[in-house]
Amino acid sequence: MKPFTYQRAGELRDAMAGVAGTPNAKFISGGTNLLDLMKLEIERPAHLIDINHLPFNGIEETAEGGLRIGAQVRNSTLAADSRIRSNYPVLAQALLAGASAQIRNKASTGGNLLQRTRCYYFYDRNMPCNKRKPGSGCAALHGFNRMHAVLGSSDACIAVHPSDMAVAMLVLDASVETMDTEGVTRQIPVGDLHRLPGSTPDVETQLKLGEMITAVILPPGQPGRQLYRKVRDRASYAFALVSVAAIVHVAGDTIAGARFALGGVAAKPWRVPEAEAILLGEKVSTEMFERAADIALANAVGRGGNDFKIPLAKRTIQQALAAASQRG
Amino acid sequence: MSNSTPIADTGKNWIGQPVDRVDGALKVTGQAVYAYEHRTDGPVAYGYILGAGIARGRVSAIDTAQAEAMPGVLRVMTYKNAPTQPAFGPAVTPAVREVFTRPRPVLSTDRVRYYDEPVALVVAETFEAARGAARVIAIDYEDERGAYDLSRHLADAYAPQRTNAGFQTDSLVGDFEAAFADSAVKVDTIYTTPYEHHNPMEPHATLAAWSGDEVTIYTSAQTLANFRAGIANTLQIPPDKVHLVSRFIGGGFGSKLIVHADTILAALAARDLQRPVKIALTRQQMFANAGHRAKMIQSVRLSANREGKLTGIAHDVCSATSRFEEFCEQTAVFARSLYAAPNRITRHRLVSVDTNRGEWMRSPGEAPGMLAFECAMDELADQIGIDPIQLRIRNEPEVDPERNVPFSTRNLVACMQEGARRFGWEQRQAKPGTVRQGRKLIGLGMAAAIRPNYLGASAARISIDGNGQVKVQLDMTDIGTGTYTILAQIAATSLGLPPSAIDVQLGDSHFPRTAGSGGSWGAASAGSAVHNACEALKQKIAKVSQEVRGSPFYGSNPDRTEFTNGEIRIGDRSENLANLINRVAPQGLDAQGAVEAAGENYRNYSQHAYGAHFVEIEVDLDTAEMRVSRMLSVIGAGRILNPKTARSQIIGGMVWGIGAALMEESVLDPRYGHFVNHDLAEYHVPVNADVPDLDVVFLEESDGNANVFGSKGIGELGVCGAGAAVANAIFNATGVRVREFPVTLDKVLPGLPVQTSSGANRS
Repeated sequence: MKPFTYQRAGELRDAMAGVAGTPNAKFISGGTNLLDLMKLEIERPAHLIDINHLPFNGIEETAEGGLRIGAQVRNSTLAADSRIRSNYPVLAQALLAGASAQIRNKASTGGNLLQRTRCYYFYDRNMPCNKRKPGSGCAALHGFNRMHAVLGSSDACIAVHPSDMAVAMLVLDASVETMDTEGVTRQIPVGDLHRLPGSTPDVETQLKLGEMITAVILPPGQPGRQLYRKVRDRASYAFALVSVAAIVHVAGDTIAGARFALGGVAAKPWRVPEAEAILLGEKVSTEMFERAADIALANAVGRGGNDFKIPLAKRTIQQALAAASQRG
Repeated sequence: MSNSTPIADTGKNWIGQPVDRVDGALKVTGQAVYAYEHRTDGPVAYGYILGAGIARGRVSAIDTAQAEAMPGVLRVMTYKNAPTQPAFGPAVTPAVREVFTRPRPVLSTDRVRYYDEPVALVVAETFEAARGAARVIAIDYEDERGAYDLSRHLADAYAPQRTNAGFQTDSLVGDFEAAFADSAVKVDTIYTTPYEHHNPMEPHATLAAWSGDEVTIYTSAQTLANFRAGIANTLQIPPDKVHLVSRFIGGGFGSKLIVHADTILAALAARDLQRPVKIALTRQQMFANAGHRAKMIQSVRLSANREGKLTGIAHDVCSATSRFEEFCEQTAVFARSLYAAPNRITRHRLVSVDTNRGEWMRSPGEAPGMLAFECAMDELADQIGIDPIQLRIRNEPEVDPERNVPFSTRNLVACMQEGARRFGWEQRQAKPGTVRQGRKLIGLGMAAAIRPNYLGASAARISIDGNGQVKVQLDMTDIGTGTYTILAQIAATSLGLPPSAIDVQLGDSHFPRTAGSGGSWGAASAGSAVHNACEALKQKIAKVSQEVRGSPFYGSNPDRTEFTNGEIRIGDRSENLANLINRVAPQGLDAQGAVEAAGENYRNYSQHAYGAHFVEIEVDLDTAEMRVSRMLSVIGAGRILNPKTARSQIIGGMVWGIGAALMEESVLDPRYGHFVNHDLAEYHVPVNADVPDLDVVFLEESDGNANVFGSKGIGELGVCGAGAAVANAIFNATGVRVREFPVTLDKVLPGLPVQTSSGANRS
């Protein structure tokens, strides 16, 4: 393990000064991913700034009637919050579908969004990986790629983002609130936070150097039934092969609102508004859900080992939309 | 002492009682000390192993200067400066046993034989410093093209001289090919079983400390005698200069039967530095450096008449094996004993690949072999249209079908019938894919279990001090199975004392030699030795009691001696045992006991433990996710020494079966020769949520030909056939037969019906 210096930031300005003033510095929150990567020397920061003690651990109601979730709120705290459970159940379900109880107790909201891919080749320093070592190639492209992306990938990288929470936040139209080293804040829709790999898979988000996620903003709750459906190889403690976050609002016998997002299929949580739009005003039917799924997956490309994800995603979308359109 | 002395029914018989683990409190309170946690005199140094980044070739240049200059680094060892060790030697040892004791040199040549093979060791003041320095060692390789993919090299398959444990490579009875060609009913099918890894919770770890020319090695070992010989042969020192301590072991599953790089390198570095050195493999390193089960392609052919009577059985297994050290898992050997059929073939073939050697992974042979064979039996039952249990009953042999010797005990049919009754087997629909609850398909499956029973040469020492404190010592290990507990039960029963009065000491090579933990023989072997030591001690106590003046039994008849309820009784007189010893042998008494390896009884009888597994599975109609909802195993394994620890053993095996059926697979990338998913995030084993409702039933049984207890080995039996029962349930649920294990959802999904009606979602 590469030696590093450590700083516990008591105030935001300390953290920002630390990250601005030290080359190769990194924030650490729960550390559930970063520490693993440091042990393997995939992450090699020279300086760690512990932001666990910054005052971002509250969940507050916003003037608009939504919620502002501090970036340091733990996954388990967020999942247990009564407002989340009643108004944003898809988020609570997604959180509880992720990792293990111990990890959720440690992992933070901001850190969850910024966790890195679980691609096996990314984790093995002997293997080519454009994300870990730009220009070295992608071992997954023609290798064992069962877990890899079917949407938005490139020949440079076919890794997926492993977060469940982010998929639910995307379907809820959440935004992240950030602050840069100059103290400037901005809001980024969750769907725009992560970048597709293109030719630079090592650049994973829109965040600038030293820019910190301080909160996630949820808009007011939407009418409709919410659910998170995660498909995985075992009943718990496995990353999604495919997941679907869905909200369907059925009024009378027609669909008054429908939105869904996919996880486990791309380098970011995935949403296709055109697929949602065709459902509006339609009656609940397998055929409509199948059409929506087909539109959502129109651009999906398998890489061999992950070909099954395309029919699996289609079937899971149909199942999730059907379940979310049930009454009661 | 004879090993056929029956257990006396006098006093309290602790054997067969569900006694709590005597070491349980130590473990749950963190007081059980494992290898890496031991402390020694003087500051310990920490080693970190750097593995090769190629799978076949040689190290052409290695620069350690920068690593050596890093703070805290004490030594960097490579093939250039490592102490001389004997050459590894041929791929097959002349004698079967020598595989356990041969030298296993590390860092002794520039050759790289497998991916992540150790190419350097860094020893430093801290683990972190050692690992950090290892990162900056610069290595150039001459990379050679290796062979990695079994299926691409089948033309190079060869017949080994023998399988693991010395079984014949092939068996041929009658004329299978003729019977198969003429048969109206036949199954001709090929199954593949994947690379798998043991992954015990405790990694392979060693602390080595020298004192003069003697080394004490704290390590995680299943068989101390083999480890001791392997270390002595590699270091080229006398075995009596190697002191091994392995008191607690965090799981072995066969991956701790031979020495690995952690042990050899810790011993070498500690001698070199004159300072204790500890080394643990990381979880990732264990995938390349601590054994695996090899990938196999298994052809199973069955022919039968229309009533389901088998006319022929052929089980042909082709397995990957390491090029530098052969390991032929005895995958088809069980098929020689399981069902009757006049015409039979079992054969083992190997293909050399450039990986590390395969090792003994829980239930070697049966675990992969029964996955294939017991599914093929299910295919046959489905084809003929008879119940899978009926099919097996129709082919129940009267004697061992290939050895033509009687079974010592065999209760397979009773296991199946009892299981069927308890599990509700009659509710099974023979036509697959017909039971549906909401969006789930429900299926039931079953499979048989068989596992040979062994007895290995073992000895034990027992002593009673002047205060009546009893101590039992042997170099046996408890790898989590409950050995401490059952040995206390055995000694307690023999001596008429409570188990809490017996101090069982294991895991020290200074103690008498045993067969260790492996092959499910530990309880019978070590237990027999302890039993015989107790009997010898009782004779000594009785003798002294009659011979010492002042003894209440002075001059009495020794033939009528009983030890019961903490007392010794001779004739009508009784005396508290501790008081008696205090009077007649204040210096204490000790005795040895031993048992020979199974001989005549093993030759004259076919000795196996049996079982029947029953599984109910739910398959998601949309996503093909498969989750076991109920599982029952009915076991006929002789006398059960402790139903509580025995149940845990069987349940552990059942969970292994679920894992093998549904998720366990180490993926070998044929481009690089490495196991891609080499950590526990991506090498999936079942979690609690995958094993909701497991039940185990033991049939009343005692095998008088097995050992003094009438018991049989159970450590591996639970795995055997368990995965096949899961796969057969999946077929029953869906009508999809997957022949490439593990049965993951991507393989089942194409066989599921398309989604038709959203109305179904409301059902």
